[in-house]
Amino acid sequence: MTDQNKKDITLTINGRDYDLTVDPRWTLADVIREHCHLTGTHIGCEHGVCGACTVLLDGEPIRSCLMFGVQADGKQIRTVEGLAKDGKFHPLQEAFMETHALQCGFCTPGFLMLATGILEKQPDISDAELEELLSSNLCRCTGYINIVKAVQTVRDKIGRDQMRTA
Amino acid sequence: MKPASFTYHAPATIDEAVALLGLHAPDDGRILAGGQSLVPTMAFRLARPGHLVDINGVAGLDRVERVGDDLIIGACVRHAAFHQPVLDGPLGAFLSVVVRDIAHYPIRQRGTFCGSVAHADPASEWCAVTAMLDATIVAQSTRGERLIPVAEFFQGVMTTSLEDDELLREIRLPIPADDTRFGFCEFNRRAGDFAIAMAAVSYRVENGVMTNPHVAIGGAEDRARRINDAEQALAGKPPGPDAFLAAADAAAAAVDPMEDHATSAKYRRDLVRTLTRRALEQAAQ
Ligand SMILES: Cc1cc2nc3c(=O)[nH]c(=O)nc-3n(C[C@H](O)[C@H](O)[C@H](O)COP(=O)(O)OP(=O)(O)OC[C@H]3O[C@@H](n4cnc5c(N)ncnc54)[C@H](O)[C@@H]3O)c2cc1C
Ligand code: FES
Ligand code: FES
Repeated sequence: MTDQNKKDITLTINGRDYDLTVDPRWTLADVIREHCHLTGTHIGCEHGVCGACTVLLDGEPIRSCLMFGVQADGKQIRTVEGLAKDGKFHPLQEAFMETHALQCGFCTPGFLMLATGILEKQPDISDAELEELLSSNLCRCTGYINIVKAVQTVRDKIGRDQMRTA
Repeated sequence: MKPASFTYHAPATIDEAVALLGLHAPDDGRILAGGQSLVPTMAFRLARPGHLVDINGVAGLDRVERVGDDLIIGACVRHAAFHQPVLDGPLGAFLSVVVRDIAHYPIRQRGTFCGSVAHADPASEWCAVTAMLDATIVAQSTRGERLIPVAEFFQGVMTTSLEDDELLREIRLPIPADDTRFGFCEFNRRAGDFAIAMAAVSYRVENGVMTNPHVAIGGAEDRARRINDAEQALAGKPPGPDAFLAAADAAAAAVDPMEDHATSAKYRRDLVRTLTRRALEQAAQ
């Protein structure tokens, strides 16, 4: 494709601006990984089924493989690289380690961003609803129970305001 | 896989969007709404549109509001907008129940109501809801505006009467009387999957008997539609097991179910019977 077809965009990822020239056919997942070099966001299926590519777009979890990078121009994006602050892991990252909520870790960035998005919006979400929302993403290793437990732990330990500033 | 190349257009107004669509439709130019069906299709290279007209930045398409006796749903209103009731009364509550069966939370943040109806997957929940409510589809092109009754809209699996150069601008759902009762029930093997069959129903109870019954079945046939025989079995009868079973049997007898490697026609027919009965019971509660 000719360069004429390319578009200049600015993505704000974890608070930092990235000025990019993108081909419209590049998905947001590919732009984040290949062109912003943030490879924490994983790509499993590329058709919306696995959730490994989940990022927060203006605060909401979305599948970054089902959106074109050009569509995210001017939007606020958060990826797993933005969770730890000042050398300290995010409470969800701590809980995933403590609860053994990951084995190979391939699905983990997607689950962490999904859980972050959910808990920031619904800090007192019920167990049933949490399970339903977490069913969005696939994990081939853990059997899910420990992932659910990790997110419940954080929900129970921290109130809404702490989540916001964590 | 990765989508093939296309030219990207991001119009700001409805007029610009339909002008671009009119210009590029012959080149397989298409509307990009939530992208939750189109982008996977492009990733599989089942679709290779030459042009995409992205309507996400078009002013005025994200409105969902009551106008007169209709609920107007614009082309950019996302599934997630219905997580909370969009209007007081039974219709808003009903839509907030149905939406939970559509895909998963992150997909509902992007996918749109109108995109689902334009895409016309037979197992789309919104297709069954629009069929049940006798919705009107509003299409717009450079040739003008066209109102399409939903009964004439769905034509088969992912096939509609929308022309290639038409934008599905909005959907109008008639708002039923405040004492209308609703029920919805679907079956799938895993949470978030497309349903194997679903039933959407509504009726009123006046002087102890059911009036204005609507029964729509989705997922079982190549398109969602109202089932007249099932409605006949309800009209004028008191709500209860006898009428509900008769309507469920009538729905099961009336459908011509699709078959695939995992699901026989007989199984789908049985599901239609059970789901119709459960949806009617839910409405009675
Ligand atoms: C893993 C997964 C599970 C899913 N499960 C379900 C489910 O259980 N139930 C369900 O109903 N859906 C499900 N979906 C599909 C989802 O609901 C889509 O959002 C929906 O089918 C299409 O809406 P969209 O806005 O994303 O449309 P897009 O993907 O943008 O477009 C789909 C098609 O419709 C056309 N189109 C869209 N909007 C318009 C318009 N306004 N005018 C003219 N043409 C238009 C496009 O050109 C394209 O051909 C699932 C999707 C995924 C990825
Ligand atoms: S890679 Fe996006 S959902 Fe699987
Ligand atoms: S930890 Fe391996 S896929 Fe989830």
